Amino acid sequence: METTLRTDELVGRGNRDGARLFREWFTSLTETAEQGGQSAYVFVMGSLNEILKTFDLPVVFPEINSLQTAVRHVAHEYLEQAEDYGYSPDICGYVKADVALQLRHGEHPMGRIPRPSLAVLTNACNTYIKWAEIWQRMYDIPIVTIDVPGTREAGGQTWPGDPDFENDRRYVEVQLRELITTCEKVTEKKFDIDRLRETLGHANDMSAAWKQIIDLNRSRPSVFSALTDGTIFLGVANGFRGTPEGAEYFKQLVEEMQYKAEHHIGTMTEEEYRLVFVGVPCYPIFRRFNELFTDWGGTFINSTYLWFASGGTNCGFQYDLDRPIESLAEGVLINVRDAMDSMFYQDRILEEMIDDFHVDGIIYHPIKSCRTVSTGLADCRRALSERRDIPSLFLESDMMDRRVVSEAQMKNRIDAFFEGLASRRQQTQIK
Amino acid sequence: MTYAAGVDVGSTQTKAVIIDEDRRIISRSLIDTGANVIRAAEHAYQQALKDSGRQEDEIEYIIGTGYGRYRVTFGNAQVTEISCHGRGAVHMFPGTSTVLDMGGQDTKAIRVNPEGEIVDFCMNDKCAAGTGRFLGAAASALDIPLDELGSRALQYQKPVRISTTCTVFAESEVLSWLGKGKKIEDILWGVHQSIATRSAGLLRRVGIEEQVTFTGGVTRNIAMIQALEERLGLKLNVSEESHYMGALGAALFALDRILSSRNPRDTVETFG
Repeated sequence: METTLRTDELVGRGNRDGARLFREWFTSLTETAEQGGQSAYVFVMGSLNEILKTFDLPVVFPEINSLQTAVRHVAHEYLEQAEDYGYSPDICGYVKADVALQLRHGEHPMGRIPRPSLAVLTNACNTYIKWAEIWQRMYDIPIVTIDVPGTREAGGQTWPGDPDFENDRRYVEVQLRELITTCEKVTEKKFDIDRLRETLGHANDMSAAWKQIIDLNRSRPSVFSALTDGTIFLGVANGFRGTPEGAEYFKQLVEEMQYKAEHHIGTMTEEEYRLVFVGVPCYPIFRRFNELFTDWGGTFINSTYLWFASGGTNCGFQYDLDRPIESLAEGVLINVRDAMDSMFYQDRILEEMIDDFHVDGIIYHPIKSCRTVSTGLADCRRALSERRDIPSLFLESDMMDRRVVSEAQMKNRIDAFFEGLASRRQQTQIK
Repeated sequence: MTYAAGVDVGSTQTKAVIIDEDRRIISRSLIDTGANVIRAAEHAYQQALKDSGRQEDEIEYIIGTGYGRYRVTFGNAQVTEISCHGRGAVHMFPGTSTVLDMGGQDTKAIRVNPEGEIVDFCMNDKCAAGTGRFLGAAASALDIPLDELGSRALQYQKPVRISTTCTVFAESEVLSWLGKGKKIEDILWGVHQSIATRSAGLLRRVGIEEQVTFTGGVTRNIAMIQALEERLGLKLNVSEESHYMGALGAALFALDRILSSRNPRDTVETFG
């Protein structure tokens, strides 16, 4: 009886609370917009929420706004408006939905998005740079681009203590100080280093928990779907990074996932195939896309999206609160670099996961309107298949544009993939 | 005697095949799919049944395949045409390692193991470039019946180069070549070469290993076979049954299921 009550209380709490926090975030953004308040536009790969929160700047993630238009089945209205404005169908769907949102004065299916007072970006995606320029021209706002040195060659990452790393760290640190100066000008508030220590502390709690949660999905059955549940967790990881609410949410999420693992409560009733997702989800048919896999007993136990779209939070990096800015620079270097590596060098990480996570197959999902995440996927697949005999499926669609998503074709490929997995398993059992 | 059937409901045509327990084809049928997919499946199956001389209750298991596989309402199960073409191709040509299936709406490159199981596959993207539809668009622009396309194309002398990969634009490109005074046969061969180039690209993505078996409706086009063989530099396996390979594969899977239900230890495919 006690266990049942505990199960009822815990299982699904992360999804419920995540959805609530997400709604509250957009409600507060709507209030900011209506009151003409300030906001910072940021991106998932290196949001610098830790600094922005010390200035009480509400953060807006245009990538999240855009994908929400797809999840809520109105993306086509935004895409078409941006195309009417002059953007090509081949341009990033996130950018186009955002341009239309700006043309609509912030009108969004979840509320109203405030205008930016400044924009902060990294070089993790080259489109970020042109995207921020659009706002600069529209609103005449300051833009701070943090140039983060990434991995120079496969396997060539440097770490604290290494002279190359220290040079890179100093390079990032100077840029962070420039960001702080810009924030002071925009908000007319003095930077408070103790508040930074607070936000870094909350970010530490979140990062440690996020790593732990991902690791908990080694459990059989898996305790969460990296595609559906994982996207809810990501929303909180981005919007609430550096806040007490975000830290508390993730602490509770660990509790839920540990409970599920201990009691063998899976995300599916019958978990047949454990899959890894590589790329960005197919948001225009988000639920259906997942069902095409779950119908066969397939569930996503991990995803590169959980890594790069959390800006590398999955690394579990812990800031040193005794030297906050220097340590933040280290964290940005390591986390944003990891986010980039999760897009460009993911075959090595995937290879390590196959045994640890008991992976049956890998789904590569190149998307038409994002070259950054799609360009290397064919190469990654080939490289990994040369080293490991792991079934994989290459599934092409888009993260925003329903016009290039063909559900019938997708289903055909997914069904054939599972037919192959079933046949392979049958042969293994016979042998 | 035990009988099994496969019904392949494709975007353009529907095929049905009935086999006996020795895996011999005893009848087959082919009709245009048209707008009513359920009816097309029923008609194709009934026609094959009639030609087989068997009674309906003698067919123990039926598998639907193709895009309309879930519309084979009288069927017992569904299997994708990707698996079925692989299975059918290895049955007809046991040395098959690679399959190229060219149908009305899509083209698939499939790599199989000696048991006919899928190792990898790749398809054209959402548009119909490089498929039978591309040939249909050219035939329509040139006002030539589809079944004459191949023989006319092989009469080429100075082939033109068709640059577009878009089926919609193909028609206008064909017309523009006509406007420039090019011969129909030269344009047609250019169309076939264009499709062969695109198909070779798909095949390379899964890896071209001999033997390569060509399946699907476009196998009836002799110019397409020649263009592909020239492009790939190898001889393709093609037979009278190539058009029916999906339905044949489905019938073979259906027979597997009959046999495995009788003896669960048999090493046959069941797909869960």
